[in-house]
Amino acid sequence: MSTLEIAAKPTRIQSERASTALSLGLVTTYLTLIVALPIAALVFESTNAGARGFWEVVSSPESMAALKLTLGTSVAVALINGVMGTVTAWVLVRDSFRGKALVNAVIDLPFALPTIVAGLTLLALYGPQSPIGINVAFTKVAIVLAMLFVTMPFVVRTVQPVLLELDEEMEQAAKSLGATELQTFRRVVLPNVLPGILSGVALAFAKAVGEFGSLVIITGNLPYKTQVSSVFIFSRIESGDRSGAAAVAVVLLAISFGLLLLIGAIRHYATRHDRD
Amino acid sequence: MTVTDLARRLGLRGLAFFYLAAILLGPLLVVFYRTFEHGFGAAWAALSTAETVNAFKLTLIITAIAVPLNTVFGIACALAIVRRRFPGKGLVNAFVDLPLALSPVVVGLALFLLYGRDGWFGFLGDHGIQVLFSLPAMVIATIFVSLPFVAREVVPTLREIGDEQEQAARTLGASPWQTFRRITLPAIRWAVIYGVILTAARCLGEYGAVAVVSGRLQGETETATLRVEERYESFDLAGAYAISIVLALIAVLVLVAMTVIRPKEEAV
Repeated sequence: MSTLEIAAKPTRIQSERASTALSLGLVTTYLTLIVALPIAALVFESTNAGARGFWEVVSSPESMAALKLTLGTSVAVALINGVMGTVTAWVLVRDSFRGKALVNAVIDLPFALPTIVAGLTLLALYGPQSPIGINVAFTKVAIVLAMLFVTMPFVVRTVQPVLLELDEEMEQAAKSLGATELQTFRRVVLPNVLPGILSGVALAFAKAVGEFGSLVIITGNLPYKTQVSSVFIFSRIESGDRSGAAAVAVVLLAISFGLLLLIGAIRHYATRHDRD
Repeated sequence: MTVTDLARRLGLRGLAFFYLAAILLGPLLVVFYRTFEHGFGAAWAALSTAETVNAFKLTLIITAIAVPLNTVFGIACALAIVRRRFPGKGLVNAFVDLPLALSPVVVGLALFLLYGRDGWFGFLGDHGIQVLFSLPAMVIATIFVSLPFVAREVVPTLREIGDEQEQAARTLGASPWQTFRRITLPAIRWAVIYGVILTAARCLGEYGAVAVVSGRLQGETETATLRVEERYESFDLAGAYAISIVLALIAVLVLVAMTVIRPKEEAV
């Protein structure tokens, strides 16, 4: 560090200000160009036809059917993965068996595997050429399966760290005081892991609502039957109906923003004891 | 351990294993089997067509541009969120997280509208700068969807290490850049690498946003993931499977890298 200049105080403060301004400028410019401007253009396009035009597009039978299907399947998927994710996290933290590290690594597969490949692989096992004789291609079950695949890691990865930190002594104390297994889980474990489960469920729900790649192949895109909102938007773009696509896209955007706010609130609540 | 304890433990373990096998591993194994059931040669023939090779090249080019940009941005953004106070910080936070919760199709549509002929940036086309249906739009779409990963990995690590060492360096006369390079960067490097792996995986696998803005011209704006869908639509299941297997092998490499790096990151 001998080359370090012992800089005079004013220049140090100047260089500090310059670097702050530079990095903040870089961050905001990048975010504006990549995220904020496109989002603004989307919202602007959706308002072109006015509030009435917007509502007409969103409330059209085809759009409403797609929205209902999307929200319905996403709720089911978030609930299933809420339970299965918690079970898996529990097994990974409290159970011990050979190959646990491998199982732990496999959980992240949906983060690493392209969604279009996920759809294709699900179709290979649960499609017309299924080796086990289960064919759910082009049905609602296929939508749920694909959404389960892509949202699998969220609950596991939000519950796992909480369980790791949870003191087993609390549970032992509860049991020694005569609590049953179920009571211990409900009164001691659940209150601690609930914020983790909820934020994982909210993330899974958000991901499920917007999912596209894994659904393209496996659902067959049948309007009123298996067409979810993201696929509906895509088909509107392809047929040149930009304002129609934009209106439904803004609905999905609002759902995403709402869920992010919810997740932020859950995190805020969960860390209330850690903050000063 | 009592008998009921053991039964419950095995029951939960069995349930978790069954679920993982049914949803994650089973489907992948079937595709592995189907790809190679007619021998390695058939799969190789499907992979070595000019269009498929081009598609992989394009995917690599896009990833090679998007990952470094998002890495620099992610580090700068994490530093701003954790170390600085500025007006609009909440907004920055919200916009950084948005790509995690937003549908890729909505992302693609937003870019489509911004850079389209009637869009605010449509004038670029009048000056001969083709954005939509060519590489620039595909790169921007990929940057958008893979934006949060580095920042989200680095933020908690920055919070954990605190800023005492940085302040000490500053008091001893180090410039902001020196402090960053010698103190901050070494402390967050595993988080950065972990974030880079996640970013790269997301870039390689992006489908929806790129599908909207690429125009899907074969041999020109077709990435590996778009090629999978195109092969499937053309009833070339063997071709679709072969490309999928390559992408799945990359995913396995990503998982291995994640597993190797994670303990180090947690040890910080």
